[in-house]
Amino acid sequence: MSNLFPLTLTGATIRRRGKRLVGPIDLTLQDQGITIVIGPNGAGKTSLLQMMHGIARLSDGDITWGCDLDAARQAQSFVFQQPILLRRSVRDNIAYPLKLRGTPKAKARAQADTAGAQVGLGAMLDRPATFLSGGERQKLAIARAMITKPALLFLDEPCASLDGRATREIEEILQRAAASGTRLIMSTHDMGQARRLADDVLFLLNGHIHDHAPNPQFFDQPQTAEAAAFLNGDIVE
Amino acid sequence: MSDLWEGIRQALWLLVTLDADLVEITLRSLRVTLTALVIACAIALPIGALLSVRRFRARRFTIALLNALMGLPPVVVGLIVYVLLSRSGPFGVFGLIFTPTAMIIAQVIIIVPLIASIAHQALRELWSDYHDLLISLNTTQRQRMAALLWDGRRALLTAALAGFGRAIGEVGAIMIVGGNIDHHTRVLTTAIALETGKGDFAMALGLGFVLILMAIAVNLAIHIIGRTEQEGRW
Ligand SMILES: Nc1ncnc2c1ncn2[C@@H]1O[C@H](COP(=O)(O)OP(=O)(O)OP(=O)(O)O)[C@@H](O)[C@H]1O
Ligand SMILES: [Mg+2]
Repeated sequence: MSNLFPLTLTGATIRRRGKRLVGPIDLTLQDQGITIVIGPNGAGKTSLLQMMHGIARLSDGDITWGCDLDAARQAQSFVFQQPILLRRSVRDNIAYPLKLRGTPKAKARAQADTAGAQVGLGAMLDRPATFLSGGERQKLAIARAMITKPALLFLDEPCASLDGRATREIEEILQRAAASGTRLIMSTHDMGQARRLADDVLFLLNGHIHDHAPNPQFFDQPQTAEAAAFLNGDIVE
Repeated sequence: MSDLWEGIRQALWLLVTLDADLVEITLRSLRVTLTALVIACAIALPIGALLSVRRFRARRFTIALLNALMGLPPVVVGLIVYVLLSRSGPFGVFGLIFTPTAMIIAQVIIIVPLIASIAHQALRELWSDYHDLLISLNTTQRQRMAALLWDGRRALLTAALAGFGRAIGEVGAIMIVGGNIDHHTRVLTTAIALETGKGDFAMALGLGFVLILMAIAVNLAIHIIGRTEQEGRW
């Protein structure tokens, strides 16, 4: 579990239909903290996270882990930008990753109940997941991703449709997870959230890492004009 | 018109008196077709799921083949099964020709492509919804198929019902391989063909109404078992 890192990307690139979505990326990540990925729409945040997670095929370059790929894949979870719901109850959705790992049904359900309650879905566990609101869907996806206690958790704009209170609650859960050793890599458009959570910030622009800096420094003394403009809310080209 | 009224009258009479022959024929129809349906589903549903989750080289070809087989004339299926099962055929030693088993085999061959094709249509859509998640969760191919088959079960029920409808109403193939032998392989459709041939339209119509009633009853029963009305929101 602790030998998952370092995660190393060398020249990692994704191209689709002749278009370069992200890369080439050269980056090494160590095993502590919360990395926040920011950048304008279409900068390649989703592509970068999915590339690291291994669900988007590499067109070029390499990604290596501190352990073999199978073990690395087993130790990570991904929360998608658009939550993907199984056509089952909320409880069965959250319990599904445990079921895949052969956890006995009763135990998996009990754990799912706890995890669901933690994200504020305690009253909806028996409902079909497709009845949930957009925010509730995101909560479900977060609970489901965390139920296997992953060593590394990817989150792609997990709080995009959450209200202020739910956002704070989720942030608390994420911070608690990080404190207990879960490595987080997360994209967001919420600069307040980035400031609150980040240990380091990756600023993506046109598929390239434009800037990579530790938290207060990135926000207080942005090193590039583009990063400064982006933080100001200006349009970045 | 008088034939139609006479048919309805006869149908009611047959039903009310629970005519022994009618009951026997109806039960045989049901037994043959439901057995064929269960076997066909066991073959076709996994095929539909596999075609959805797996990209293999012959995939497109397989799908095209299934679609083509869906339109296979039952009479031709019957003929082929007949040749294979007849005493002098390669499987003649099993003595299956002119038995309900032969009829079941023919019906399975007729409805497997239909069920697999409809199942594939439904599961393909579900798979495109689930794809990223199931890949991310490191599922095995078996687990992916299981998730699709379980979560798509309502759509699959429709596929099964389509298969049932095709099989229960089929006459050409089972006439050839079953032989329409009284008390042995006679079922509703072959009995209707026989009565029509004899010119007894009232009796044929009566049997036809029973067939329609039974098809409706089975559909309703399956829907109630599947509780598609209460939970039809998926
Ligand atoms: N399968 C694909 N084929 C072609 N282009 C794609 C594909 N997937 C994504 N893209 C394009 O790649 C670029 C990067 O997409 P990506 O989803 O990584 O952006 P993002 O930074 O996550 O944006 P957002 O903030 O809107 O979520 C976009 O311009 C997008 O249109
Ligand atoms: Mg994105």
